[in-house]
Order: sequence, then C-alpha cells, then structure tokens
Amino acid sequence: MHIKKNLALSDTGFVFDPSTGNSYSTNPIGLKIIQDLKQGKNEQDILKGLASEYQASNETLEKDLMDFMSVLKKLQLSEQE
Amino acid sequence: MKKRKVVIAVTGLNAIDNPGPGISVIRALKASKRFDCRIIGLSYESLEPGIYMHDLVDKTYQIPLPSAGIESLKTRMAYICSMEHPDVIIPNFDSELFNFIKISDALKSELGIHSFLPTLEQFESRQKNNLQAFGKKHKVTVPLTRILNSLQDIAALKPALNYPLMIKGKFYDASIVYSPDQAAVAFNRIASKWGLPVLAQEFVDGLELNVTALGDGEGNTLGAVAMRKQYVTDKGKAWSGISISDEKLMKLTRQIIKGTRWRGAMELELIKHSEKGYCLLEINPRFPAWVYLAVGCGQNHPEALVQLALGEKVPEFDSYDVGKLFIRYSYDMIVDLKEFEAISTSGEL
Repeated sequence: MHIKKNLALSDTGFVFDPSTGNSYSTNPIGLKIIQDLKQGKNEQDILKGLASEYQASNETLEKDLMDFMSVLKKLQLSEQE
Repeated sequence: MKKRKVVIAVTGLNAIDNPGPGISVIRALKASKRFDCRIIGLSYESLEPGIYMHDLVDKTYQIPLPSAGIESLKTRMAYICSMEHPDVIIPNFDSELFNFIKISDALKSELGIHSFLPTLEQFESRQKNNLQAFGKKHKVTVPLTRILNSLQDIAALKPALNYPLMIKGKFYDASIVYSPDQAAVAFNRIASKWGLPVLAQEFVDGLELNVTALGDGEGNTLGAVAMRKQYVTDKGKAWSGISISDEKLMKLTRQIIKGTRWRGAMELELIKHSEKGYCLLEINPRFPAWVYLAVGCGQNHPEALVQLALGEKVPEFDSYDVGKLFIRYSYDMIVDLKEFEAISTSGEL
C-alpha cells in the first residue's frame, strides 16, 4: 500500500490530508505505521518493527496491521493505484 | 515601504449569517503592505453590520437598490465622488454587478473611479442558466440543469432529472428537494425572493470545494486558493473552512480563467464526486465572503485587484499556505441610536 506522500503528521498523532482538508487523530502505534508507510516500508518490514516493540503474536500483529491499513484505504489516505 | 494612500469604495457590508464579501475584502485591504486605504462603505440597508464597524469602514453611503437602474446609481456615485473622491470601487454582490459593469467606463472617465470587473460577456456566460453551455464550451463537468419559468415546468423535469435535486435562485439561494411537492414550495419561495427563472439542478454528492481566484483579463491566473468547507450553515454557507492543496483543481481553475480570459475576481464552487470528478456548480463573478482566508494563506487578492484597477502590473502568486483555517464568529455590536438614525435618514454615516 502506498500512503499519500503529502500527508502531514505531527508527533501528537494528528494527521492532516492537504488534498481534502480532512484531519484525523491516531495513537502512537498508528502514527508509527503511517510514518513507516511514508518511508516506503512494506507490510513485512512494518510487522517486523512492530514485533520487536510489542509483545503480541505475529497473527495478532498482522491482523491489526491489515485492519488499520484497510481503515487508511477507506479514509482515502492511500495513493490512487 | 511607504504605503500609498488610496480611497476604496466597497459594497457587501452585510456581515450576517449569509455574509456579503465586503468585510473580508476590507480586512484584506487594511492588511495591504502597499496601500493605506480609506474605506468608503456602500450599503443598501440600514442594518448592514459593516456600516457600524468604524475600525474598518471610514464612512458609509447608502446606494440605490440594483432594481432602481443605472441612472440613479450614476447620480448617487457622482454625489459620493464629490464628497470622497474614491480611487477604486469593488462591488461584491452578484445582483449589482450588471449595473456596475455597465457604468464602469463612465465611472472612470467622468468620476475617476477605477475598477477591474469582468466584461459583460464574461458575466453573462457564467450565469446559472448559461452554466451548462459554459461547461460544454470550456470542457468542465456541470451538473444537469433545467430552467424553471413556472410551476408546470417541475412536472417535466423527469426523467432527465431525478430526485433529490437542487432548486436554485438565479442570484442566490438553493434548496435540496426530494419530491415535486417540495420542489414547488422551493420554487415559490425562491421566485418570490429573487425572481424568475429558477433553476433545477442535478444533486451531486461529494466534497464541497471552493476556489477564490483572480484573472488578469489576458488569460493568466494571478492568484488562486482552494478551500474545503468544514462547517456549513443551514443556508449552505461555509462557517469554517481550510485551505487545501489540489493540483488538479488548480489546473481546472487556470483552464477556466485562460478559456474565458477572466478579468477580475471570481469564486468557483465545485463538488468533487468520487466518480465524476470535479463538478462545477457555480462561478461567482466576485470575491467570496471567505476571501480573507487567501490573505491568511499569503495571497492578498483584493490588494492585487486594486493594483490591477489602477493599471499596475501584478506578478502571479506562485504558492499559498495549506492547512490554514478560517472560523467565523458572531459578535454583538452596541450601536447608538443616533448612528442608526443618521444612516436611515440621511443615507450617510
């Protein structure tokens, strides 16, 4: 998934989409995922990072990541394919 | 830089819940780095709030309603000119623009009042009842629109237009309606207020986007700022909005200004539909009431318009700040009865 490159992120988890004017708040994990996506990391790399930081099974992390990414897509924060 | 003194007459002082652009335009002029502006307010009614905003408006004169015609407007402007000698006039109402465009040459040659208005042809081409043809000519998607001259025309809308649809006045006002009965009510309400024709327009759902822009009359876009409405009043007016970055929308704006060789201020009202893309709902031939946001974003369009009116070259603005918000508020002024009396009886304050 390619996140919009022009998304503005703040350390507080405030996310601003300059192309629509929409803004959102996310928690530190969501912020980390969006930052990783902006850096061009793929799902496997993001999962590795999450696994090293959080004590959860791979299945749980993968499911939560997929859920979060589907939310990002629904909010049209991904680049049009 | 030493500021140059200019006297500027401005209409649209009705800073109400459906605000005229005058106060925003005046705030932009007061923020000018080039001009030291004395503002002459031109009002139509005694309760337009701008009349009493003495920190923004130095003197106000009532002018005749547009329906009074060109001659009475010219006579009144001659009187105002004898008192105040305005250098520039910025009309801000759609309904008065026809008259001001008609007398713009006379204002300049006889009274020395400059303006920078669209041509009559440009003004007419974007009228709501001409917008469909405008869209075709300039390759812009415009929602299907039908002209209603009587209640009987509502029955003939189907099958071309399905409900819900928008019923709109020729200058102002719009209602979403879900049935022919509701359409008839909206038709009567709008026709009684704004006259005929009334328009029925396909309802398009999506992001409400607006652009305030300035054309130099040669096809160049001197400035443009895009805004997304964030909070909308029950009259459909933006009570808050945020500047956005949308290159396709900017391209469309430049395309329209180039195609029309637009002269002066304009506001584009669009819906960004998920499948149809940008649908042009209206082109207003003047600054919008939210034009002060453009100043906040680094583009002072009213100041640039004054430069154009005075025959000066204006460089293109090449960027603006994205993510700036405007948030309106209401504010109760306490006004002495003597002021209300003065504007009501003598037409001056």
